[in-house]
Order: sequence, then C-alpha cells, then structure tokens
Amino acid sequence: MTGKSVVVLDYGSGNIHSAAKALERAGAQVELTRDRARVMEADGLFVPGVGAFSAVMEQLRAVRGDELIDRRLAGGRPVLGICVGMQVMFDRGVERGIDTGGLGEWPGAVEQLPAEILPHMGWNVVNAPSESVLFDGIRDERFYFVHSNAAQQWLLPPQSPLPAPHVTWADHDGPFIAAVENGPLSATQFHPEKSGEAGLQLLRNWIASL
Amino acid sequence: MSVAIRVIPCLDVAAGRVVKGVKFENLRDAGDPVELARIYAEQGADELTFLDVTATVDDRSTTYDVVRKTAEQVFIPLTVGGGVRSTDDVARLLASGADKIGVNSAAIARPALIDEIADRFGAQVIVLSLDVKRSDTVPSGFVVTTHGGRRETTLDALDWAAEAIQRGAGELLVNSIDADGTKDGFDLELIGLMRSISRVPVIASGGAGRLEHFPEAIRAGADAVLAASVFHNRELTIGQVKDELRQDGALIR
Repeated sequence: MTGKSVVVLDYGSGNIHSAAKALERAGAQVELTRDRARVMEADGLFVPGVGAFSAVMEQLRAVRGDELIDRRLAGGRPVLGICVGMQVMFDRGVERGIDTGGLGEWPGAVEQLPAEILPHMGWNVVNAPSESVLFDGIRDERFYFVHSNAAQQWLLPPQSPLPAPHVTWADHDGPFIAAVENGPLSATQFHPEKSGEAGLQLLRNWIASL
Repeated sequence: MSVAIRVIPCLDVAAGRVVKGVKFENLRDAGDPVELARIYAEQGADELTFLDVTATVDDRSTTYDVVRKTAEQVFIPLTVGGGVRSTDDVARLLASGADKIGVNSAAIARPALIDEIADRFGAQVIVLSLDVKRSDTVPSGFVVTTHGGRRETTLDALDWAAEAIQRGAGELLVNSIDADGTKDGFDLELIGLMRSISRVPVIASGGAGRLEHFPEAIRAGADAVLAASVFHNRELTIGQVKDELRQDGALIR
C-alpha cells in the first residue's frame, strides 16, 4: 500500500468495480462514492465513463460530478478521466449530429473517428512523449481501446508559465488523442483497468504521482 | 491500421462451473472459471468470453458471482453471453463486471432489444452472437439457427447481421455450426461474407483445430478469433496461436 487514497466517482457510468479492483491492485486505497467531502479529500479522483457522451454528461450533472471535478481541478487536485470520462473533459461531443456540451476543461470537440471499422476495439500502440509520467516504462506496450469517438486535435494554446501538457497519440485510420497529462488533469481514451499488466503499471504511475 | 488481432478463449459456464472438461494440470480446481480466466490472461489472452449455459433461473445468480470474481482478478476485457433477455439482464452483468454482453436468440425473437441495449449502454457493449449454418433456404446460403444449431430460423445470416448493426450491435461473433467441433478450420467463406457487409469488428468462431487455421480466418477478414476446446484440451496454447499469427504478418499484442 502506498497509502494514497483514490475515489472512483460512482455516478452510474462505467465498470466501476473493475476500476476499483485494478486501482487497489496498483496500490491505492480505493473508495467508490459520490460523496462531496470524500471526493474532495481523496488524493486522486478517478472518473470512469462508458456509453454515449450525452448520457454520461447527464449522469455526471445529476450527481453534480461536473462541479466536483471542476472544484478539484481549481484546487490543483489530481483527476484521471477514462474513456468517455476523458471525452467529457473537452468542450463538446458530437454524436449522430447532436452536439452536447462537455466540461470544457480542454478546447475542441470529440467526434467519430473516420475509420473503416468502428468501434475501434482492441489493443493498440500509443505514441507517448518522452516526458510522459503515465507511460513511464510502458511506452512500447499495447492498451485496450473500445470507442468510436475521440478528440482528434489538440487545441489548447501554450499557457506560459505553466508546463506544457503531454499529449499521447494513437492511430485508427487516422490520428486521435489517446491520453493527456495536463497539470492535475490526466485522461486516457483507452481502459487502463482492462489493459492487463501495462494498464496496472499506468495506474501505478498515476498513483505514484499523486 | 495498428490495432492488434485478438485471440479469445471461450469458457462454457453452467451454475458457476466450467462445463466441457478443461485439461490443465496444476489447477487447484479445473472447473473454476475464475482460475481458468486468470491462467488464460497470463498466457496472453486478449479478451475472455464466458458463455452461460445455465439451464435454470435459480442457477443464474451464480453466474453474476463468477463474473464479479473474475473481473476482480483478471484485468482484461470480459464478454458474457447466454440467456440475456432484457436490458435489466445486461445492467446486472455490467454491474457485476462484464465489459461486453453477447446477445443471440432473445434478439432474434425481439430485435428491438438491440436498440434498447445500445441506447442505454452504448453500441460497444453489444456483441451479436450468430450461430450460422449453410442452407439453400436463404439467398446468401447461410441461415441463422437457434438452440445450438438445432433449429433453423428463416433469417438470412447476412441480412440479420446487417440489421443488428443498424440497430446498434458493436461487434459480430460469427459461429459456424457446420465447422464447430470439426477442427477442420473456420468457415472462411462465411467470415468473408460477414466482413463484406460489416463495419463493426468480426470475431470468427467454430472449427479451429490447427495453428494454420487462425491466420486463415484473419486473411478472410476476421478481426479476432475465438476458440474453446483447442485451448481447454491443451492442443494449442494462446502463445502458439499468437506466434503463428505474427509470422503470418498480423499485428499481435
């Protein structure tokens, strides 16, 4: 045990039990909750998310998860978004022509990949920058993706004097963002909790950074 | 494309136990799906599939336990199929730790089930499982069957797959009843036809017996290969299959 505490945000989306067990395996003390005080106190907040962007936003707002994420980030408290839990960090998501507002932590839209076969389902490689903390020691591994939409452009302008974010890319008939490390806010489009040993190592890397 | 070909072992589970003997040595319990899942994951399985062949409603609660225990110990994707009849069944399996849900006969009886699951949980959780047989009764020459291939429907397999994708299926598990159990190889014509009409991933199932069968299925258009007895009987290991695929030029994890 590292003694680091992680709350898995329990708001009705995502495979939260698998996520909790993977985080425990990676060394964290894990709690599944949406309790405001617990969410704010934890060393790290893990935001899962599967399904439609609009449904995830609705579920998040219903428990005021949007406010909790915002307040944590405003205080520099680490947050890790996974899959649709990453996508909602952007300005908006476009699904079947319907535009849904996201949390707006990052500029840009999450849109369908221009790929022949969707969903992008399976184990893919990533191109992580050498400064990445999340991918330390696992740059050459494959991670498990299952999604049809993704952010395909990184539009955040440099915000000197803040350190530049680390953006990790992957490719499925075109480039898309596989992970972002931006100060306290990190996110992965793939599922580290379903990516075997490599995924557990990524979680260990995140927990160690808390 | 850079996504890897997936190799998926399938376990038939009834009342919380693996049926069809699994011949591994050094197993504490050869009938324990959780232990087998862990071993397959260690061997490099890219996903796991549990097919629930439980006969009675009472015994189904054990399935949820098995799914939960597996998801707590094995950190690769888990698909669970068999007997899924409603979105509530799907919700329970997902809450137990399944990542994807196989639907088969209930969707044939009531295709709107696919739309309902897709609307509530997203297309990526739905694996449409098809048991397909060669038949002159339908235009493509491949008919959809139920009851493990014993009953033919009037559905053309290609039409049904296309409809299911339209309704929101995120993946096709194409099982050839003709090839199943023969160990003579996958039905490559069937895989090729499914690939030609599908923009979702296609998993080939039924007929794997020798190493060379796996790259054949990939060349025919499959994105993933599923097998049961060749792995359970230790005729082939996951690692051997992956090596064979790699030598054939496929991307492998």
